[in-house]
Amino acid sequence: MAARKIGDVVLAVQNISLSFGGVKALTDISFDVREHEVRAIIGPNGAGKSSMLNCINGVYQPQQGAITFRGQTFKHMNSRQVAEMGIARTFQNLALFKGMSVLDNIMTGRNLKMKASLLQQAFRNPFGFGTAEREEIAQREVVERIIDFLEIQPYRKTPVGKMPYGLQKRVDLGRALAMEPTLLLLDEPMAGMNVEEKQDMSRFILDVNDEFGTTIVLIEHDMGVVMDISDRVVVLDYGKKIGDGSPDAVRNNEDVIRAYLGVQH
Amino acid sequence: MAFFLETTLGGLMVGMLYALVALGFVLIFKASGVFNFAQGAMVLFAALAMARFAEWIPQWTGIENRWFANIAAFVLAGLVMFVTAWVIERLVLRHLVNQEGATLLLATLGIAYFIDGLGQTLFGSNIYKIDIGLPKEPIFAFDSLFQGGILINKEDLIAAAIAAALVTLLSLFFQKTSTGRALRAVADDHQAAQSIGIPLARIWVIVWCVAGVVALVAGMIWGSKLGVQFSLATVALRALPVVILGGLTSVPGAILGGLIIGVGEKLSEVYLGPYVGGGIEIWFAYVLALVFLLFRPQGLFGEKIIDRV
Amino acid sequence: MLYRENGQFKSSYRADQQIFPILQDRIFIIGVLAFAFLAVPMLASDYLFRAILIPFLIFSLAAVGVNILVGYCGQISLGSGAFMAVGAYGAYNFFVRIPGMPLVPALILGGLCATAFGVLFGLPSLRVRGLYLAVATLAAQFFADWMFLRIKWFTLDTPSGSVAVSNLQVLGLPLESAVSKYLFCLAVLVVIALLAKNLVRGAIGREWMAIRDMDVAAAVIGIRPMYAKLSAFAVSSFIIGVAGALWAFIYLGAWEPSAFSVDYSFRLLFMVIIGGLGSIMGGFFGAAFIVVLPIALNQFLPVVAGLFGIGISTVGISHAELMIFGALIVWFLIVEPHGLAKLWSTAKQKLQLWPFPH
Repeated sequence: MAARKIGDVVLAVQNISLSFGGVKALTDISFDVREHEVRAIIGPNGAGKSSMLNCINGVYQPQQGAITFRGQTFKHMNSRQVAEMGIARTFQNLALFKGMSVLDNIMTGRNLKMKASLLQQAFRNPFGFGTAEREEIAQREVVERIIDFLEIQPYRKTPVGKMPYGLQKRVDLGRALAMEPTLLLLDEPMAGMNVEEKQDMSRFILDVNDEFGTTIVLIEHDMGVVMDISDRVVVLDYGKKIGDGSPDAVRNNEDVIRAYLGVQH
Repeated sequence: MAFFLETTLGGLMVGMLYALVALGFVLIFKASGVFNFAQGAMVLFAALAMARFAEWIPQWTGIENRWFANIAAFVLAGLVMFVTAWVIERLVLRHLVNQEGATLLLATLGIAYFIDGLGQTLFGSNIYKIDIGLPKEPIFAFDSLFQGGILINKEDLIAAAIAAALVTLLSLFFQKTSTGRALRAVADDHQAAQSIGIPLARIWVIVWCVAGVVALVAGMIWGSKLGVQFSLATVALRALPVVILGGLTSVPGAILGGLIIGVGEKLSEVYLGPYVGGGIEIWFAYVLALVFLLFRPQGLFGEKIIDRV
Repeated sequence: MLYRENGQFKSSYRADQQIFPILQDRIFIIGVLAFAFLAVPMLASDYLFRAILIPFLIFSLAAVGVNILVGYCGQISLGSGAFMAVGAYGAYNFFVRIPGMPLVPALILGGLCATAFGVLFGLPSLRVRGLYLAVATLAAQFFADWMFLRIKWFTLDTPSGSVAVSNLQVLGLPLESAVSKYLFCLAVLVVIALLAKNLVRGAIGREWMAIRDMDVAAAVIGIRPMYAKLSAFAVSSFIIGVAGALWAFIYLGAWEPSAFSVDYSFRLLFMVIIGGLGSIMGGFFGAAFIVVLPIALNQFLPVVAGLFGIGISTVGISHAELMIFGALIVWFLIVEPHGLAKLWSTAKQKLQLWPFPH
C-alpha cells in the first residue's frame, strides 16, 4: 500500500443509541475516523453496522448521542445536509435507480453541483443561449472520467436493472464518487462478488483513497479484504462495540473471536 | 336541538351505507393488497342483477309471490357475484401478482369500466326499482322530549340494522371459522401464509366473493332507497375517503369512518353550507381525508406505514 | 439495413446528448412535422379536424403533462381534470376581465393558475404516496368541481354557470376555421413538448426519476424530495392547465363547470398508461388510442355485429365501448405494462436488426 498521511479525526461518533420500537439496534456506540484512512466496521449479521451508517447519513435518527464531522456536532443529521457536507455512501441492497441508464444514475450524483434553474433547463438549446447545455456537457465530462475509472464504458447507456450484480455495485460506487465526497461510506461493497470482482473492487477503493485522499468507512464481511486494505477496524456485535484498533489487534481480540465462533468463513 | 339530532341521525344512516361500501374495499385490500376501484361498479352490478332477476323470476317460474322473487333474486345475484369474483381472479389478478400498486389500481379501474358496460348490456340501463318491502313512512320518535318528535326514516333504520347484522356476521366468519382464519393470515403476510400451505388463489377468490356479497347487500339497500341507477357507481368514489379515515386495513375503521363522514357531510352541509353557496357535500369527505393524510396517514385504526431502506 | 446506428459516430458529448441522436430518427421526425404542418391541412376534412385531430393534439398535450407527474416522477394523480378546469377558467377570467388581453398570454396565465392549484394539492405528496396520494388528488378534483359550480365569481356570475369565448385570434390572424385551430394547437403542442423533453432529459428529469425509483436513496444523494415532487406537480399542472384552456377555448368554445369531470382524470391516466409511462412519445400514442377508439368502435361494431346477425343500437355501442375500453386497459396492463411506447421501441430495435432475426 502507498504511504498515506493519515490525518486528524474527521468524523467522531459519540454514544449513539438507536432503537426501533422495542428493538435496540445500537447501544452507546463511540468511535472515530481519521482523515485519509480506511476504517472498517465488521461484525456478525444483525450487529447494527448498516444502522450505524444510516445514522451518519441521516436516514435514521438516533435517540441518543451525537455525531461530529469536521468540528461541527449534530444530534440529528439531515440527508441533504450530509450530502452537501461531502459525505456519500453506497447501499447494501443497491439503491440504484432501476429505470435509468448507468450514465444517468451516475449523473444524479452530480445533482448538487448543477445550478441551472428549471426555466433554463426547459430552454436548453445547442445554440449557446442559456447555461443548461454547457452545464450538462461539463458534468458529462466529469461522469465520463468516473466511468473510465470504474471500467464500465461499454455499459453507459444500459438500463441499470439489466446489468449483472457486480457491475451494478460499481455503478453504486460511481454514483457516490460523483458527489466528490471527502468521506465515503461503503456498505458491503463486495457482497455477492467472486474473487476477481472483489480484487477489482478493492483496487477501486484503494485507488480512490490514494488518488483523491477520500476517507473511507467500509462495512465488509470478507475478513481477508478487511485485513488487507483497512487501517483500523471497529467491531460491533448485537449493537455494542466489542473491539476497536488495528486489524491485527482486533483479530486477536478474545471477544471478537467469540462473537464470530460458529460463523463460517 | 331537535333539528340537530335529526340531521345527525340522518347522517348516521347514510354513514352506515358508506361503511358498507367501504367494507368491500377493506376486505379486498386486507387479503390481497389490491385496492379495488371496481367496488362501486360491483355495487351497481349486483343491484342491477337483483332488480332484474326480481322482475324476471315471476316471468320464468310463474310464481307471483314477492318474497319468493326477492329471495330468489338475491341468491341468483349472489351467484353472479361469485362467478364474477372467480373470473376476475383467474383472468386479471393472477397475471398481475408481482406488479406495483399503481398497475393493480388501474387494472381494477379497467375492471370497473368493464363491469359497468357488462351490467348495462346484460341488465339494461334504465332506472330500476328494488322493492324489498322496506317501509317508506317516517316515524316521529322522542316526541315526549322534543315537540313534534324527531323525524327518523324507518327505511334507514332497517337498513342500518341489516348493515349491522352483516358486519356481525362477517366478524364471526373471520374470527370463528377456519377459512376466516386463513383470510386473516393471508392479510397479514402473503408469503408466510403460502408457506404453510394456504392456497393464495383460492383465498383471493373467496375474498372477492365476500366483497361481492357485501356489494350486493349495499346495492340492495342503496337501490331500494334511491332506485338502481348509474349514480350508484359513483358511490364508490364517496366511500374512498371513508377508507382513508378508518384505515385501509381496519374493518371497525371502515364502520366508524363511514359514520363520521356521513354525519360530517350532513352537518357541514346544513350548518356551513349557506355561508359558502352550498354543495359542500361534494368535497367535504375528501378534504377531511386530505387532512387525515397530512397528519395521520394510517387513519384511525390502520397500521402505521414504515419505509425500509 | 435501413435503420442502423452503425457508422454514426459521435465525437462530442453535445452530439451524443441530442434529442434524436440517430440520423434516421431525425429524418423521421422532420418528416412527421412537415407532414403535420404542411400536408395535413391540405388533405384532411373538416370532420377529421374536429373529431379526431384537434382532440388528439390537445389530449396529447395534457398527456405529456400527466406523464411528467405520473410517469417520470411516480406520483399517482387522479386530479388531472381539475387542473384542466383551473387552467380553463383561469385563462377565461384573464381573457375576459382584462380588456385587450391577447390569447397566448391568457393561456399562459391560465396555466400558471393551474400551477398554483397543482402545487397546493400536491403538498400531500410530501407525506404520502401511491393509493393515498391518489385519494388526495381526488380531493383536488372534487374541490375544483365545487369551486366552479358554486363560486359565481369564476363564471362571471352567469346564472347557468356556462361561459363562452369567441373571436379568438393570434397575432391578428383569426382562429375561426378548423385548419387555423389545428395549426395553433399543433404549434402549442410542439413548443411545449420540446420544452418538456428538455426538462426530462436534464437534471430535473433525473431528479424526478430518482424520486420515482427510490426516494430514500435520492435524499442521500442530495436531492430534495420536496423540491422535486412539487416541481413535478408545478410543471405538470402548468401543461395540463394550458391543455384545459385550449380544450375550452378552441374545441368547446362554450362550457359549463361539469365539463371537466373526474372522467377526464381517468381518461388521461389511461392515456398515459396505455401510451407508456415515463415517455414523452407515450403521451402521443395514448392520446391517439383513446381519441380514436370510440370513433373506430362506432364505425366497426355495427358492421361486426351485423356479420353475426345481431342488431346493435347506439346505446348498445356505448355499453360495448365501456366493456372494450375496460378490457383493453386490463389487457395492456397484463401484457405490456410499459405501454405502446415500449412496443414502439421494441419495433425499432427489431428494425435495427432487420433483415436479420437477431
